Amino acid sequence: MKKKPDNYIAVEFLSRSVNEGFARAAVAAFAAQLDPTLDELGDVKTAVSEAVTNAIVHAYPDALGKIVLRAGVYNGNVLEITVRDWGRGIADVEKAREPLYTTGGEERSGMGFTIMESFMDKLVVRSKPDKGTVVTMKRAIAPRSGRK
Amino acid sequence: MEVRTTTKGRELAVSLRGELDHHAARDAVTAIERAAEAALPSKLTLDFSGVTFMDSSGIAVAMRAMRRMAALGGMTALVNVPPQAKKVFDAAGIVCRAKEETT
Repeated sequence: MKKKPDNYIAVEFLSRSVNEGFARAAVAAFAAQLDPTLDELGDVKTAVSEAVTNAIVHAYPDALGKIVLRAGVYNGNVLEITVRDWGRGIADVEKAREPLYTTGGEERSGMGFTIMESFMDKLVVRSKPDKGTVVTMKRAIAPRSGRK
Repeated sequence: MEVRTTTKGRELAVSLRGELDHHAARDAVTAIERAAEAALPSKLTLDFSGVTFMDSSGIAVAMRAMRRMAALGGMTALVNVPPQAKKVFDAAGIVCRAKEETT
């Protein structure tokens, strides 16, 4: 059974690209309670940006839809982030996770999942065509000396 | 995102300011392509010193600029790249010059 979070937030927003910055800022503000280093915060913000952008670009290509971003703290210092959409879904998750693979054309680099994977400790992608996608990422924030 | 372009002879300098994400990428690409079309430069310098955040959208912007310059027979340099953006470029194996620390 999954442990209960020490703390969490959940935010729902529309798949407009202007909300990418909002999602990053929301997670950064929530993560501040773990006193992350600038590097750790940069990694987490980058991974969130990739996950939310994927939902905006790929889940809802021709319409606007709902995205729910959840951030939680587990075991005192593990940040868990979930980005969920109810869009088109990914037929082949394994293929989508390959570096440089993209269906987004010239505007995308195909590096989104690779960055989420390398910037976070753990990445789980669950998806069903026409049902949606859930991306879950974890990152332990190292406790710093002098922290209360 | 603010994009400022300066042309000096056949050298085009583009300075980017703000957050370079998917939302900002299209405007950045358009501005760079327009400036490149007008200047037909032999060298393009993309200055990232004012970039406060960048995700993989920045990789796509840089790759498009590089391809455009390669088609013109010119070269591209990515300079003054802050640590967060550099980490993203490193993940894609794109060579860029780090921002120099000012103390």
